[in-house]
Amino acid sequence: MTVTKMNALQAVNAALMQAMAEDPKVIVLGEDIADREGGGVTGATRGLSTKYGDDRVKSTPISEQAIIGAAIGAALSGYKPVAEIMLMNFTAVCMDMIFNHAAKLRFMSGGQSTVPITIRTLTGAGWQTAGQHADHLEGWFAHTAGIKVVAPSSPADYKGLLLSCIQDPDPCIFIESAGTVFIPGDVPDDQPPIPLGKARIVQEGTDVTIISWSSQIIRCQQALPALAEAGISVELVDLRTVSPWDKETVLASVAKTGRAVIAHEAVRHFGPGGEIASTISEELFGQLKAPVRRLGAPYSPVPFAKVLEDAYIVSPERVVETVKALMG
Amino acid sequence: MAELSNAPAPSAETLVDIYRRMIRIERNDDAIRKTIRLGRLVMPYYSARGQEVIPSTISALLNNEDTICTIYRGIHDMVAKDMPLRPLWAEIAGRVDGTCKGKGGPMHLTHPETGVMVTTGIVGSSMPIANGLAWAAKLDGSKRVSVAYFGDGASNIGAFHESLNLASVWKLPVIFVCQNNGFAEHTRYENGTSVDFIAKRAIGYGMPGHTVDGNDPLAMYAAAHEAITRAREGEGPTLLECKTFRFHGHVLGDDDKYMTKEEKAAAIEKDPLPAFKAWLIAQGHATEDSLSAMQAQIEAEVEDALEFGLASPPPSVDELRRDVFAEELPA
Repeated sequence: MTVTKMNALQAVNAALMQAMAEDPKVIVLGEDIADREGGGVTGATRGLSTKYGDDRVKSTPISEQAIIGAAIGAALSGYKPVAEIMLMNFTAVCMDMIFNHAAKLRFMSGGQSTVPITIRTLTGAGWQTAGQHADHLEGWFAHTAGIKVVAPSSPADYKGLLLSCIQDPDPCIFIESAGTVFIPGDVPDDQPPIPLGKARIVQEGTDVTIISWSSQIIRCQQALPALAEAGISVELVDLRTVSPWDKETVLASVAKTGRAVIAHEAVRHFGPGGEIASTISEELFGQLKAPVRRLGAPYSPVPFAKVLEDAYIVSPERVVETVKALMG
Repeated sequence: MAELSNAPAPSAETLVDIYRRMIRIERNDDAIRKTIRLGRLVMPYYSARGQEVIPSTISALLNNEDTICTIYRGIHDMVAKDMPLRPLWAEIAGRVDGTCKGKGGPMHLTHPETGVMVTTGIVGSSMPIANGLAWAAKLDGSKRVSVAYFGDGASNIGAFHESLNLASVWKLPVIFVCQNNGFAEHTRYENGTSVDFIAKRAIGYGMPGHTVDGNDPLAMYAAAHEAITRAREGEGPTLLECKTFRFHGHVLGDDDKYMTKEEKAAAIEKDPLPAFKAWLIAQGHATEDSLSAMQAQIEAEVEDALEFGLASPPPSVDELRRDVFAEELPA
C-alpha cells in the first residue's frame, strides 16, 4: 500500500480529484474555486477546473443562497454537487436553502426528491479571525433532521469521509477546521471511503472516555501524555460524524470506563455535548462512576485578541484538569 | 386581446388547450374552497383565483421534461402543468395516496413526472433551486427549461437578486415568472417595492425583462414563447412580470380589507375566464357546446379526485422514520 504524507486540504483535493474521475455526475461549485480564481482561497480545489473543465467546476459570484440553490436543483436532476461555502459563518447567509430545502425536500416530497449535496466549509478559532469567521456551528446542523454533519480530524479521515459524503444520497455538511487542516498525516493512495456515522477509537483505555471531534481531537491528543503520566488510562473516541453520531461505540466505551468527558470547540451552551452527555446519563446511569462532564467554548462570540482567543479554546491543560478532577 | 407582434400565433388547438388548463384551475380552486368551507378539509389555502392565464399559457408551451419550481400559492401552477388531481387532493388532505404521502401538504407538493420539482413555503426560494435545475439541463446538453414562479413580494428578497445575477452570468435556461397580483401578503405593491415595474429589475442583471398583461392569453403567449425559445436556444434567462389580480385574500379566510371594494369588483368584472371563453367562441376556435362538454369533463375529474383524496387513509406513524434520509431511521 502506497502512502502519501499530506495535510487535510491536500486530502480534500485528492478526494475531489478522485470523486470527479470516478463519477461524471460529481460537480463542484463555490466562490473563487476555479483555477483562474486561484483554485479556492485555501487551494483545496486547485487543479480541478483545469482537469475537469469549467462546466463541472463553477466559480460563482459571492451569492451563498444562489450557490446552495444551484446545488439543490442540480441534485434534483441527478447530479452530486459539492458546494464550497468559504467559511462556516457564511452558511448563515444560505441557511434557508440548507435548512428549509436541502434537509427537508426528501421528507416533504414523501421520498421522491433526493438531494445528494455536500457542503464543504471551513471554520475554527486559532487564527485571530474573530466573531464572524471562526464559529463551530455543527450544533445548528445537527439539530436539523435530514442533514448529516461530518467533522474529521486527520488527513486520511478527511479523504475517506469526503468520498463518503459525495456518494451519500443525502445532504452532508463537511466541516474543515482551522486546527486540523495544516497538520500532515499519512493518507493511503487507495484510501477507501470511510462510512458516515462510525466513530474511530484513537487510543484505547480503561479509566475514562473522552469523546471529541474535529480540532478538539488534536488538543485532546496533546493532553494524553500528561494523563498517562498521572497514571490515568484514557480511551479517546473521535466521533468523526457529529450527526448521526455513533452511540454504539460511545456507549460501549463509557460502559467499559465508567467515566465520560465530551470536549468540543463549539460553544458549550446548548452545544452537541449536551445531547451526548444526556444520552450517556440516560443509558448508563447505574454504571457511571462520576457525572458526565462537558467541555466547550464559553458563551461568547469568538474573540480577536490572542489572550482572549486562547482562553476561548478548550486547551489541552483544561482537558487534563477535567479528567484528573473526574478521577477524584 | 393583445395584437400579436412577429411572434408565431398560437393555433386554435393551443388556445383551447390554454382555456382547458384555466378552467381546470378554476374548477379545482372552487372545489378546494368549498370543501374547506364545508369542513371536509383542513388546510391553509392560498387561492390563485384570477391568476389562471399565467401558468396555463406557459404550460401550453412546456413539456413534461421541463421543470417548474413554485410556491405556496402554486396549486394553479401544478394544475396547469397537468399534474394528476387524485394524488394532489390526497396530498392536500394529508393522506397516504398523496404525491408526498401526506408529508408535504398543500405548501410542499412535488410531482417529478409532470415536472413539478419543488413547491416552497418560503417566499423567493423557488428561484435559486430553479437555477440548479437549469444548470443540470445545460450540463446534460438537453433543451429542457426551468421555470421559477413567484409573486411580486418575492422580488424584494435577496434570493431573487442572487438568482437573477447567477442565471445571467451562467446563461441558464431559466424563466423567472413573477405573478404580480399587486399584493405581497397584505402589503400593497407600491408600499413594498421600489420600482413601478418589476421587469425593470432585469436591466440590472443583463437579461430581458418584460411586463405583460398576465390576464391576456395572447400577450402571455407571445412573451412566454419568446422567453422559452430563448432559454431552449441557450441564450439565457428572462424575467417576465405578469400583471394580474387575486380575487381572494392572502390566505382563505383572511379579511382582505387591504384591497378596495372597487378594485376587487373591477378585477372580478374582468375575470379572464369568461372573457377568453367568449373570445374563443367569437373567433370560431370553439363552440359553446364543446367548451361546456370540456368543463363537464373537468368537473367530473375534480369531483372524482376530491372523493378519492378524502377517502384515502392517513399515513402510518412509521412514516416519521422514513424519508428523513434515504435509509430508514431505526425504530
